Amino acid sequence: MATEDQGPMAQFEIKSLIDLNVGGYDISYTNSALFMTLAVICTFSLFWAATRKRTMVPSRIQSIGELMFEFVAGMVKENVGKEGMKYFPFIFTLFVFILFGNVLGLLPYSFTFTSHIIVNAALAVFIFIAVTIIGFATHGLHYLRLFCPAGTPLPVAIVLVPIEIMSYFIRPVSLSLRLFANMLAGHVLLKVLAGFVISLGIFGVVPFLAVGAVTMLEIMVALIQAYVFALLSTIYLNDAVHLH
Amino acid sequence: MPQFDPSTFSSQLFWLLICFVVLYWVVSKFAIPRIGDILEQRERVVQDDLDRAESLKGEAEQTLADYEAAMADAREQARTLMFKVTSDAKAAAESRNRDIGEELTAQIADAEQRIASARDEAMASLTSIAADAAKDAASRLAGLEVNSGDAEAAVSAAMKGSR
Repeated sequence: MATEDQGPMAQFEIKSLIDLNVGGYDISYTNSALFMTLAVICTFSLFWAATRKRTMVPSRIQSIGELMFEFVAGMVKENVGKEGMKYFPFIFTLFVFILFGNVLGLLPYSFTFTSHIIVNAALAVFIFIAVTIIGFATHGLHYLRLFCPAGTPLPVAIVLVPIEIMSYFIRPVSLSLRLFANMLAGHVLLKVLAGFVISLGIFGVVPFLAVGAVTMLEIMVALIQAYVFALLSTIYLNDAVHLH
Repeated sequence: MPQFDPSTFSSQLFWLLICFVVLYWVVSKFAIPRIGDILEQRERVVQDDLDRAESLKGEAEQTLADYEAAMADAREQARTLMFKVTSDAKAAAESRNRDIGEELTAQIADAEQRIASARDEAMASLTSIAADAAKDAASRLAGLEVNSGDAEAAVSAAMKGSR
């Protein structure tokens, strides 16, 4: 952080706002933490505004709250069923947290905490561990059947089981990398294109329009990636609850 | 790449934990109950309205059925009344026809009898008139005196022959 470079990666720089150090660990309040806080505040404000009037025919803001609720509730119910509804608050939290992380990050001069692999990895690993615990708690050692479905012939099982085990352990990696790569690529692309706007002079209008178009695309990607993250979490949860 | 600088990991993880826990609390204790409440309330209102509509529909159908029953009843009554009136009228007309027919038959028989007696009378007087005419004609033309008995016999014979 010695040199204040303005390259496409500068936007991902973690900058400490309030230096904190507890027991040798650096827990400074950074720009990343600021945007996580903003995500919490935005969520609270959204649902406070959405449920303020409680009208029979919803207002716009109330519709947004209801739509998000029903969207995630429907997703959980469809993939895990009624018994999955006790995990609904967690999935909903996950969805709005990533959603606001992605969307707030699209604002100019903002920071995208979901573009940091450590954040996504922490969420993904937490889901992985939680799903594994739920799986063993629900089915006991039968949960290992996940790697070898009943009735698999032995020659097939020899090939299948290692593949299944590998795909199970690769889950947190793919889950976190997918979000990380999408956010990183989108923001770098925007930054690079925006850099051309100034350097090309009058022809800068071309990359300027491109920036507009890519911003639209990135809004879509922000929504879709939040959805995909939450959806894959519910699918993993379904494996743990229902075991095929 | 700033993403791979491990010196920032501890603070990111720490604040991620704090924010995620706070957000979980906000979502599970604030957002979900309130939104869930609204949706439940709406569903209840809609269900109530549907139930009321259902009961009103039942009532309307009951009313319609009552009306149709009353209508059918009235129609049936009208039909029996009509039938009774027409059959009464028919019976009355028949009896009157019969009376008149009998009267006419009696009158016809009476008249026939009168005609027959009149004819007999006329026939009887015809013979004597013819006999007188024949006697007259005989005395004037031939100067013969024919007694009335012979004349009548002759006329009768002639009439029989001409018949």
